[in-house]
Amino acid sequence: MSPVRLITRLGVVVGFAAFALAGCSGESAPPPAAKSGTVATLVAVAKAEAQTKPGSETKPGSETKPALPPKAEGDTLIEASIGNVSSLIPNITSDQSSLEVGDLMYSGLITLGKDLQVEPELAKSWTFSKDCLTLDFQLREDVKWHDGVPFTADDVVFTWAATMDPRTPSSYKSDFQDIERVEKTGKHAVRVVYKQPYAKALTSWGVTMLPKHLLEKWVKEGKIKEAPQNWSAPVGTGPYRFKEMKSGEKIVVVANPDYFKGRPPISRIVYRVIPSQATIFLEVKAMGVDVASLTALQYRRQTEYPAFEKAYNKYRYPGAGYTYFGFNLKDPRFSDRRVRLAFAHAINKADLLEGVVLGLGTEATGPFRPGFWANNPDVKGIPYDPKKAVALLAEAGWKRNGQGLLEKDGKTFTFELLTNQGNDERKKVAEIIQASLRELGIGVDIRILEWASLLKEHIKKRSFQAIVLGWGTGSDPDQYVVWHSSQSGPDDLNHISYANPEVDKLLEAGRSSCTQAERVKYYRKLHQVLAEDQPVVFLYWRDSLPAVSSRVYGIQPGPAGIKWNFTDWFVPKQLQRYTAN
Amino acid sequence: MFAYTLRRLLLAVPLLLGITFISFMVIHLAPGDPVEVQSGDMTERNIREAYKALREMYGLDKPLHVQYWNWLSRIVRLDFGRSFAPDGRLVLTKIGERLPITLLLNVIEMLIILALAVPIGVMSATRQYSTFDKVTTIFVFLGFATPDFWLALLLMILFGVQLGWLPISGLRSLNWEYLTFWQQQLDFLSHLALPILVATFGGLAGFSRYMRQSMLEVVRQDYIQTARAKGLAERVVVGKHALRNAMLPIVTILGLSLPGLIGGSVIVEWIFAIPGMGQLMVQAAFERDYPVLMGNLVIVSTLTLFANLAADLAYSLVDPRIRVGRRR
Repeated sequence: MSPVRLITRLGVVVGFAAFALAGCSGESAPPPAAKSGTVATLVAVAKAEAQTKPGSETKPGSETKPALPPKAEGDTLIEASIGNVSSLIPNITSDQSSLEVGDLMYSGLITLGKDLQVEPELAKSWTFSKDCLTLDFQLREDVKWHDGVPFTADDVVFTWAATMDPRTPSSYKSDFQDIERVEKTGKHAVRVVYKQPYAKALTSWGVTMLPKHLLEKWVKEGKIKEAPQNWSAPVGTGPYRFKEMKSGEKIVVVANPDYFKGRPPISRIVYRVIPSQATIFLEVKAMGVDVASLTALQYRRQTEYPAFEKAYNKYRYPGAGYTYFGFNLKDPRFSDRRVRLAFAHAINKADLLEGVVLGLGTEATGPFRPGFWANNPDVKGIPYDPKKAVALLAEAGWKRNGQGLLEKDGKTFTFELLTNQGNDERKKVAEIIQASLRELGIGVDIRILEWASLLKEHIKKRSFQAIVLGWGTGSDPDQYVVWHSSQSGPDDLNHISYANPEVDKLLEAGRSSCTQAERVKYYRKLHQVLAEDQPVVFLYWRDSLPAVSSRVYGIQPGPAGIKWNFTDWFVPKQLQRYTAN
Repeated sequence: MFAYTLRRLLLAVPLLLGITFISFMVIHLAPGDPVEVQSGDMTERNIREAYKALREMYGLDKPLHVQYWNWLSRIVRLDFGRSFAPDGRLVLTKIGERLPITLLLNVIEMLIILALAVPIGVMSATRQYSTFDKVTTIFVFLGFATPDFWLALLLMILFGVQLGWLPISGLRSLNWEYLTFWQQQLDFLSHLALPILVATFGGLAGFSRYMRQSMLEVVRQDYIQTARAKGLAERVVVGKHALRNAMLPIVTILGLSLPGLIGGSVIVEWIFAIPGMGQLMVQAAFERDYPVLMGNLVIVSTLTLFANLAADLAYSLVDPRIRVGRRR
C-alpha cells in the first residue's frame, strides 16, 4: 500500500498530464486529478475545520481520540470508483482506478509515509554514493509473491528492463531515463547507476515490482498486455490478493495472509465501478459505499444532517493542485514586478476561497503544498490591501485618467483573461479577478475556451495576456520544467516565459542533489523567492474531501492524504457489517 | 422470393464495405490517437522514441488506406483483433461480456413497451379525443420529454435512499454468492427494476403514437365499415380486422429497432452503473480504441442490414398486398 506510485506518476514533476488533468478538473465531475487527491495528497488541515464545525470533526482514528477499540480482522470495505479498471499491471497503465487497485496488490521498493517521507517497503535500506550517481538497495529476504515464489533482486532488474523495453507501453519510462544500468549485487541486493544525478531517484523506486518468473516471456515477445497477469491472474507482493473482476462492474481483492508486514485487518475490498458522481453520492447516502470523495457542495450543504454524520466521517486536507492567475511575462506591463504584486494585493483570497470552493481550500503562498517538506512555512501570503495595490501601480507609472481607468503613456490598462471551458471554479475565479481589478481601474475581458484550443492556439503559441489555470504537484519538489528559463520553448511548460537567474540556480541545485536535508534549503529559498517575485499570483489549494464509513478505525489524515496507512485500517468486531471471510 | 433475398444479400456486401470505410476514416480523423491517450505525459526527451515504437506496434504509422486494408483483411476472417486499451484483450471477448446484459435489458424493455404501447395506441385511436386519449397523450409525451438521467435520479432518491425498497445501482448485491438460486433471481430483478422503468417510460411515446396513428387510418377504411355493417361485435372489428392491418407499420419499426437492442442506452447504463455496451463504446471512444469501435460498428451495421431485410420479408408474409420478387 504505497501512495508513492500514484504520486510519482501524477507528478512527473508537474508533468504535462498533471497540467492537462488540472486543466479539465471541474466541480461537476471530479476527474482523476481531483480524485487522486484522496490518495496522493498532502497536508492535514484539521485547523480550519475545528472552527467551522466543531463536534463532527472529532473522529475516531484521529489523534484526538483517547482510546481505540481493539484491532480486529474481518469485514468488507466498499469503495466506489468512477473509472473502469483497465489493467492489473500498474506499470503499464495510467488511469486512477487501475493504479488504486494495483496499489493494493503490488508493492514498490520504497513507499511514502504520512508526511510524504520515504519509507522502506520491499527494500530494507539503501545508500547513495557521495556523487549521487550510485544507489544501493538492500532488499527484504522474507517476501514472497502471491504464488509463493520468493521475491529477489532478479525481479527488480527485470522490472527496470521491462519498463524500458520499447514495446512496453509504460509512462514510468521518464523516471528511469537517467539510469545507466541496474545490476544484481547479491540475491537480495541491487545497485542502480545513474548517468547524472537525479533528485527523484529514490522516490521513483516506489514503482510496483513485477514478477520476473511470470512476465518475462511476455515482455520478451512485446506482449505484456496480453499476459494473464494483466487481467485475470495478477501476482504481486502487496497486502491484498486478487479474487475476481467483473469488467465495468467490480473488482474484489482479499487480505494476503502472507503479506510481509502482516495480514491487513480488513478482509476484503470491493471496488465498485460507478461512472456517475451523482450515483456514487446516492449510494453513500444509502450506505452502499464506504469510501468516496465528496464535492465542496456535498461536503458543506448536502451531508450536514445527523444520520449522515453518524454513519460517515468526513475528512479534509489540501489537494495536490493549486490554481493560479498567470501572465505572459513577455508583455512589458506584466514583466513589471510591481504590477503583479499590485494584483496580488488587490485580490481578497479569503473571499475568493469562500465564493469558489465554499471555503474548502487553503490560500497558496507558493508552488509547494502546505505541510510538504519543501514548503517554506515562513512565507506569508500577500495580504489583501487595495491601497497598497493602487500605490504600487502608481509607482509603476499607471495613473487614473478622467474616466477612472488606469493609463500610462496614453494607453489604458485592459487585458484579456483566458481560462478553459467546463471548469466552473476557474470561471468564478476569473470573475472575481475581473471585479477586483475593476476597482483599481483595470479592464479585464474574460474569454473561456475549449481546453484543446486554449492549449494549442494560445498557450503553446504564447498568444495570451493572462490566464487562470492550475498546476498539479507531485511527491518531489523539482519544478524545473515549470520555472526554469530554459523551459520556455513552444512545447515546454514554462509558458509564462519566466526567467529569473536566481530561480534557475536554485532549481538546478535542488535537482542535482540527492540528500533531502540539502534540498530542503534550496526549495525553501525557492519558495521565498517565488513568493516575493509573484511570477504568477498563487491563489489557492483546493481541498480533498473524502468520506469514510464511521465503522472504520485507524485513519490518520496527513500530508499524504488518508490512504497511506490503509493496511492499518480496521473495523472493531461489534461494528462489522459484512461477514466476509 | 429466394432470388430477391439473394440479391439483397449481395447488395449488402458493397454497402457494408462503404459503411466501414467511411466510419474507419471518420474515427481516425478525431484528434489524438490511442498511444497519446495512454501515454499521457510522454513529452520528455527520449520518450518520443518509445512513442514511435508503440505507434508502429499498433500499425498507426502506416497510411490510413493501408491501415484500413489490414483491418479489412482480418475482419473477413472474423478476426476482430485486440483492444488498444491497456487491457489488450480480444475485441470479441470485450463485446461478448458486455452484450448479454444490454441485450437482456433492451429485450425486456422492448417487450414491456410493446405490451403497453399497442393497447394504449388502439384505445386512444378508437376513443379519439376522449378523456382517456388526452390523458395518455399527455402522459406519453411527458415520458418523451423527461430527461432520462433526471427521472433516474428522482427514482433512485425515492426508492433507494428514502424508502430503501430497491438497490440504487449495479447488477447484484454484494452478498450475491451467498444467496439461494431464487433469491439471486429476485436480487437481480430488483436491480433491473429502476433502469427498465426509466427506459420504458422514455420509449413508450414513440410506439404508442405510431400505433394510434396507424389505427386511426385503418378504422376509416371501407372494410371496417363493411365489418361493422355485417353486424360484427366492436371487439371483433377492432381486435381482428383493424388491429391486424394496423400492426403492419409497427413490424417495420420493430425491425429497424433491432440493432438498437445491442447498442445500449448510454445514459441509463451510466447512471445505474450497468456494465453494458453503451458504457464500453463511450469508453472506447475516449480511449480512441479503434478495434473495439470498429468491431461494434461492423456488428451493428450488419444487424441493421439484416433487420431491414427481415422486416421487408416479414412484411410480404403478413401483407398479401405486397409480394416481392414476382415477375412483372
